[in-house]
Order: sequence, then structure tokens, then C-alpha cells
Amino acid sequence: MEIINRVIANYIQEHKQEILKEWIQTTKETADDRVLRVVSDEVFTSTSSEFIDLIITNIKGLKEDYNNKLTDFAEKVVRLGWPLTFVTRGLHTFGQIVFHRMEESGTVNRDNQMDMVHQFDEWITPMNNEIVSIYSATWEKTVSLQKIALQELSAPLIPVFEKISVMPLVGTIDTERAKQIMENLLNGAVKHNAEVVLIDITGVPVVDTMVAHHIIQAAEAVRLIGAKCMLVGIRPEIAQTIVNLGINLNQFTTKSTLQKGIEAALELTSRKIIKVEGAM
Amino acid sequence: MSIQSCVTIINEWDIVAARQLGRNVAKELGFGTVDQARITTAISELARNIYLYAGKGQICIDKLNDAGKAGLRIHAADNGPGINDIRQVMEDGFSTSGGLGAGLPGVKRLMDDFHIESETGSGTQIKATKWLR
Repeated sequence: MEIINRVIANYIQEHKQEILKEWIQTTKETADDRVLRVVSDEVFTSTSSEFIDLIITNIKGLKEDYNNKLTDFAEKVVRLGWPLTFVTRGLHTFGQIVFHRMEESGTVNRDNQMDMVHQFDEWITPMNNEIVSIYSATWEKTVSLQKIALQELSAPLIPVFEKISVMPLVGTIDTERAKQIMENLLNGAVKHNAEVVLIDITGVPVVDTMVAHHIIQAAEAVRLIGAKCMLVGIRPEIAQTIVNLGINLNQFTTKSTLQKGIEAALELTSRKIIKVEGAM
Repeated sequence: MSIQSCVTIINEWDIVAARQLGRNVAKELGFGTVDQARITTAISELARNIYLYAGKGQICIDKLNDAGKAGLRIHAADNGPGINDIRQVMEDGFSTSGGLGAGLPGVKRLMDDFHIESETGSGTQIKATKWLR
């Protein structure tokens, strides 16, 4: 077993330049344009060469050394932004080229063919697995970080005047966020002792029936804790789609801008903003 | 003549992808902001129906060109449970999920042409078109 492994390693080492050349050529021919735009020639050649060195280390033993190097390599490829399919397909092509060449040169022959196929598989599969697992670990990390980042900018309730709070909503509202909106709205309204709560939807790209439904429910809940809910930041096109959808927002006070909403809220709480005489 | 692109709806964020696709195509065709909002809202409703009721399906956006008239067609298709009584779901205020029940009749009002086909147990096909004026 060990001996055949060494056979593959020696073969790759001896024919490194030819294999590299053929590999780069084949990969370039089969890769689509989208990939080639991401991958520059120079980086591609140097990385391919590095990969072959890595494979030689792999086959020559020193398992620990190899594992570290493979991890480094996979991380590098991820950083370069190479698509996963490009890398795994590249690996597959590499295996094919080496096997084919070894067949032609007679290193792989009728007698040891099955054994060699087996060896190839044992050598390529763990590499494949490692690369895929590092890719997916990176993605999982990115996704969970983005989830946290999304939650951070989710739905704060900001007290702007005594008894008046504003919740600016920015971005798409999904079920998860709708829940948070409701919670923050109710907890915040109680905490800040708000009498009027303004929900600003200037930054919400689409108001469909689901979003409207959640806003209506939130407003109803706010009413139950003794505050008044006002919907502001309704853009003209959103007003039209709401009418088309036939959504009834009658129980709301609605305003086109946050400014008008705050003026109305001050009025509701028997206050107004005046200009100080003699100033300036 | 039509050019098509599709988004598969499996989770809630695919709804956003479908909407984005629709908005881009609408912009490309030269729809104004109000019609863009109508189209994206209609896509949002249809995609959400797929997500909520069928679990999996597809939203396709076609660019239409019919005798010099340009338009955008939303094609929502799923293999879900289907709709028992189409007349009922086209009524305002009917909902099986505790929603507002404005989705499908709303889409009909948002778009110019609306066509629905559904068979219990084998799925629903909805085609809704907006023409560029």
C-alpha cells in the first residue's frame, strides 16, 4: 500500500511541469467565464503549482504537516473567492490527468489497475472532503455573523420627546423581524412611558399583506397598553399599492413623513414647537 | 417573444430574491416607480403563498413583447396542495392562515391580467401580467 502511494508521488514529482501545464490548460478550457473573471492568470498558475507541491507532501507522508498545509491551502482558496465547484472540479481533473498519464506510461497496468484506482480514491477523497468542509465552515460563519449583524440593526425604539417614541424600520421584514418589532415596540413603549409611538416605514422596500398584517397587529397591541400608534413614512407608490391590495389602515393615523408625524404626536400630547423670540 | 428567468422559492429569503429579480426586470423594461412597487408587491404575495402553502415552488419573470407592446409576466408555479375553491380565495378577506386575506385579490388588482389554475392535490399555476403603457 505504502509502495504504490510512493509510486504516485514519485510520478507526480517527476512529471510536475507537464502535469501542471496540462492541468492549467484543461481547467481553463472547462471553466466558465464567470469563474475566469474572478481568477487571475498569475494567481491561478502559482496556486496550482502550490497545490501540486501540497499533493506531493500529502503522498510522501508526514500526516500532521500535510493536514496543516491542506487547511492553509483551503483557507487561501476561500479568501481568493474561488467558487467551490471550480476547486473540486479542478481536483477531479487533476486526478484524471495523473491517472491517464500513468496509464499511458505503463505505470498503471492491467495487474495493478484495481489497486491503483483504490489508492487514487483514498488519496483524493479526503482532500475533497477537507476542502468542502472548510468552505462550508467559512460560509456558516459568514451566515451566522450576518444574522447577528442583521439582528443588531433590527428594530430599535427611540424616545425622541417625553411620551413620544419612534421606531424606524429599514429593510425587509420577515417573520423573525416582525416578532422583534412587536416585542421591542411593547417593551419600549412601557419602558419609555410612551403615549404616542411612531412607526417609520420609509426604509421598507415592499409593503405586502404580510408586512401590513404585522404592523396592524403591532398597532393593536400598542393600543392595548394604552398608547397610540402612528404610521409614518408612507411613500406615494406604497400608498398606491396599499390601496390596490385593499388593506384597511383606518384605525391608524398615517403621515407621509416622520416630521409631520412628530408634529401630530406633539399636538396629541398638547405640545408644539415654537420659535424663541429674540434669538439670533 | 419572451425571455425568462426564475427563482426557486424554498425559504423566506427566496421571496426577497424573487422580488429583487422582478424589480430589476421592471426597471429594465422602463416601468415607473409606482408600477415597480406594484409588481414587486405582487411577486411578494405570490412568493409568500408558495412559501406558506406549498412549501416549494418557482417564480418566473418573463419579458413579453406582444405586437410592440412590452410587458412583464409573473409566473408562479407550485406542486402544493392546490386550492379547493378558487372563487373563495379570490374574495377579499378570506384566509386560511389568519392573514388579511388580501393577497390573491390584491395581486389581481395590482396587475393588468390575472390567470389562475389550480387542482386539488397537484398544485397551482398563476400568471399575472403588467403592460407597459
